[in-house]
Amino acid sequence: MTFQFNEETFRGDYTYFNSPAAVQRFPFPFDQDSYMYSVNIERHPGGPKGSPFEFAFDVDEHYVSEMKDREITLAEDPMRCQSLPHMELAGWDLLELIMVSKARDYPDLFTLTRDGNQWHWINKPLGIDKKFTFLDPTTLPCGPMEYITRQAQGDFALLHEREGNLWLDAGMITSQADWSLDFDVGMNFFEWHAPVPKARKMGVFDKALKFLLAVDQEQSYRRLNWTMTVNPRLDTSPENYHKWGPEKRTITPENVGAKQFLRVELQTFWRLPRSNALAFPIRCYLCSLQDLATVPKWGRRLHRVLRDIDPDLADYKGFAVNQETIVSYLSQFDDGAPTSAGIFPD
Amino acid sequence: MSMTEFSPSIESRPTYAPLTSHGAAPAIMVADAAGAAALADLAASDSSVMDKAHVVLVAPTAEGPSQIQSLRPLAVHVTPDLDAAGPMLKQLLGTARMGTQLFLAGSEGLMGHMSALATAEGLPLDAIQMEHRGTIARRMQCVHCKGITDNVTTDPFTCSHCGLTLFVRDHFSRRLGAFQGVCVDAETPGVVPDSVEIRP
Repeated sequence: MTFQFNEETFRGDYTYFNSPAAVQRFPFPFDQDSYMYSVNIERHPGGPKGSPFEFAFDVDEHYVSEMKDREITLAEDPMRCQSLPHMELAGWDLLELIMVSKARDYPDLFTLTRDGNQWHWINKPLGIDKKFTFLDPTTLPCGPMEYITRQAQGDFALLHEREGNLWLDAGMITSQADWSLDFDVGMNFFEWHAPVPKARKMGVFDKALKFLLAVDQEQSYRRLNWTMTVNPRLDTSPENYHKWGPEKRTITPENVGAKQFLRVELQTFWRLPRSNALAFPIRCYLCSLQDLATVPKWGRRLHRVLRDIDPDLADYKGFAVNQETIVSYLSQFDDGAPTSAGIFPD
Repeated sequence: MSMTEFSPSIESRPTYAPLTSHGAAPAIMVADAAGAAALADLAASDSSVMDKAHVVLVAPTAEGPSQIQSLRPLAVHVTPDLDAAGPMLKQLLGTARMGTQLFLAGSEGLMGHMSALATAEGLPLDAIQMEHRGTIARRMQCVHCKGITDNVTTDPFTCSHCGLTLFVRDHFSRRLGAFQGVCVDAETPGVVPDSVEIRP
């Protein structure tokens, strides 16, 4: 597999872009012309060749630039990466899972050689060549979770299981849709989802928790979630809301196609072998409306979904102020033709 | 002053049941001036709850210490404010026996602050009871600068550290013992809604 990694930024001049191939493989989250919460869980990995579902941890053209953006965010705010003291073993579990998966799925980019606990990891895109002792934190420059998640796209939460609940006890969170790890760390599943409107009453979280507690080492799973972001910004954290908030009000009919992005989270769930913790990677994909509309099915469908969405959800997902402009822009791509079932382009 | 009835809210917002006695188990009690009445009610329900109780009073009324003394606890410790009560609680927890119950009574700020400190010291959550009395002022964390502003009674309010105008969320972190404050005019700097008294 040959890769051209994009030179791009996720802040300031926002030079982020998707190649035509990246648009075609974008994880479009709507499998029908309307949206309401659902648990929508599928087995992972597994999906069409070349899709972001094919491998355990998708590596794409944004990899190197995303890791640079994470570095900037962490330098400004080290609290984006936290691990309560009992979570170190789960961090090693996660490191193993990611290294083994990437070396298996992308042998041209990553190699892992293991001799007992003496491990040799080579990450070519980031220029890392590291020998270390597995389970010995003194042989890494930082904790195992931080070490590996500085080399893996997406946010990562590690959930500790006790008292029939899942506790958000560690995480690397630098590309979040407006929630604070520093505030939420240590919370249980219901507490940390408390601000999500409607869903608790609908029983979504009870079902989701029940499902997650039953995830075992044999099988991992995924679901897609989405929101809308103005500019291709990964760090839409509450910490920096006063810095990126004003950008949300810069949408005009002229710039909406290029400036308004659909933000999709590919969330996966993995039971970890030593700690029995659950790893919850949240991989963020961004695509501008104008790029999405190059796929006729997506242009039609996105128009219908965003036009008809529950106002509470438009508000929660933070695009209510721009909804009219977005829907009016997208209407040009909706000729009223029926759309095929499923998320993939026709 | 009786127990506060709070409006229904989200899952992370704490609720406070009335204190109930575990009999003569070892106990640490922390109360402010209003919360002392909850300790008195607790002792009235079962006087043995005081037999092995250390009571920490935070800024009590003039009569507070003698009123609590009359309930015959093991000891009464008086502290001028929460900052001074913290190390006192830590010290007591450090020498506490297994099975020690922690009773907190008073403002949400006191309960949030002291319970966060106790769980950080390793006390299990189910060993902590809380009863709200008195002011409904909140202890708020600014999500932007992380500074804590105590005794917040209006929404929005001004962060006492970074000066941003923050709205008061019901989202609560037990680890921090604080509610979350988020910039209210982030998208439209300077456009701030009128400040209103927060409700229980």
